[in-house]
Amino acid sequence: MTVRDDTEQRIQHIFTTESRRVLATLIRLLGDFDLAEDALQEAFIAALRQWPGEGVPDNPRAWLVSAGRFKAIDQLRRRARHDQILHEQAEQLAARAVVELEVENLAIDDDRLRLIFTCCHPGLARDAQVALTLREVCGLTTEEIARAFLKKAPTVAQRIVRAKAKIRDARIPYEVPEGDELYERLQSVLQVIYLVFNEGYLASSGDQVLRHDLSEEAIRLAELVLSLLPSPEPECQGLLALMLLHHARRATRTTAQGELVLLEHQDRSLWDRAEIARADELVRHALQSQRFGPYTLQAAIAAVHAHAPSSEATDWAEIVGLYDLLLTMMPSPIVALNRAVAVAMRDGPEIGLQALAPLMEDATLHDYHLAHAARADMHRRLGQRELARSAYQAALERASQPAEQRFLRQRLVELG
Amino acid sequence: MKYLCLVYYNEAAMQERGDDHWRALNKECQAYSGGLTESGVMLDGSALQPVSTATTVRLRDGQVSVTDGPFAETKEQLAGFYLIEANDLNDAIRVASRIPPARYGSIEVRPVRDIYGESSDQVPYAEALKS
Repeated sequence: MTVRDDTEQRIQHIFTTESRRVLATLIRLLGDFDLAEDALQEAFIAALRQWPGEGVPDNPRAWLVSAGRFKAIDQLRRRARHDQILHEQAEQLAARAVVELEVENLAIDDDRLRLIFTCCHPGLARDAQVALTLREVCGLTTEEIARAFLKKAPTVAQRIVRAKAKIRDARIPYEVPEGDELYERLQSVLQVIYLVFNEGYLASSGDQVLRHDLSEEAIRLAELVLSLLPSPEPECQGLLALMLLHHARRATRTTAQGELVLLEHQDRSLWDRAEIARADELVRHALQSQRFGPYTLQAAIAAVHAHAPSSEATDWAEIVGLYDLLLTMMPSPIVALNRAVAVAMRDGPEIGLQALAPLMEDATLHDYHLAHAARADMHRRLGQRELARSAYQAALERASQPAEQRFLRQRLVELG
Repeated sequence: MKYLCLVYYNEAAMQERGDDHWRALNKECQAYSGGLTESGVMLDGSALQPVSTATTVRLRDGQVSVTDGPFAETKEQLAGFYLIEANDLNDAIRVASRIPPARYGSIEVRPVRDIYGESSDQVPYAEALKS
């Protein structure tokens, strides 16, 4: 391998590890997403041109920030040629750039967190938050995001353009909120992360192999937020644990043919014990904080499952207790449904059906395929074949995922 | 940067709360806007007469058309406005969240557009350079 190839490889590696950090800082320094993205590209082009001859600088990150910044100033100067005020401002920025260079490295981690909070600002639509976060924080291309969400690339691109325009025109600040606001805004960040995770989680049972692994992207993102926050936030720990616990089971959720495998039939010896152990630690910390919320409780429930040797030997009483607590924090029909399923495991399907009956009157659950599937399963366990059959039919009519539809059809066949 | 905070609530629901509630809310609004004006945050603002007093005016083909009522019938009606000076949207959200009727209705926060300053797409960068 020649020296030149070696340097190019190093530049490639630096691009992979540093580009998002450098971008985050350039957005702060330049106050504009698009200008910063252009500047980042220019900085790497400059690196590819200069480093093979001059060698990689001691601090490539600072070099790239500096190069990007001066490239942007050049661009502003060219645009400002006919505008005296803009011209003077470009010069001021240039003068300040030299002075500030020294402190840049210290601020760079804060910039990444600023970028995350800006992309997930509640003033932006949820879809836009997700697309912008994946684009700017995770570095996915617009095409990758579009594929992952089964959308058209121009739709995603337009969403991102509009979000950037709102950030600029409504002046959404580039800052990490403080005090009570930090907790509030963090909820928005966590929702975006969980949405990304769930999209990836559902897709992994779908038919697309080309889709970017969003589940792992979401886990990386949660790790990043947790590491950057000034103090460990319990709900961030809870969410990360919850995702790790789901992810730990990924190898056993489907058969080699892509068919769904229920929790009770999954091969527990194949669950990723290292991920479960890491999640345990996070859940413990979050619970001890006494400031935990719904994510932590859901993680605690998933952890009980993760440690049970089998479905029968699961501590269902513990799980029902955790759902009771979760219901008080997050009164939602879906949580109530899950609680009824746990009750059926603890006290038998008859009691489960009693708990489920009043819930089915809720419009959300009436249209939710898994509610009907749960009802069907309880009837099946009671040997009530006709009731089970009609409930599986109702579930099948409402299911949209191909793998779930196949699973429900299989259940109908098994009923005979 | 200037933001206009448009205060909306359901007039009928507000009326149902009674006169004492109404007077107390007005006092609260006076105190809040007074404080904001004193600290230089509030540039202008006012409460509005109920929507039953609204008249909508249009000019079409040189003809003025005048109709009774607001431009759009909605569940919540425009009840007043605060024109404020804020550093950024987070700052404006903080001010808006404390406008007393935010508890009952909603506050729409809109950045004010300077129609004299905008001549080209370079303006956003000029803003960036100032900060």
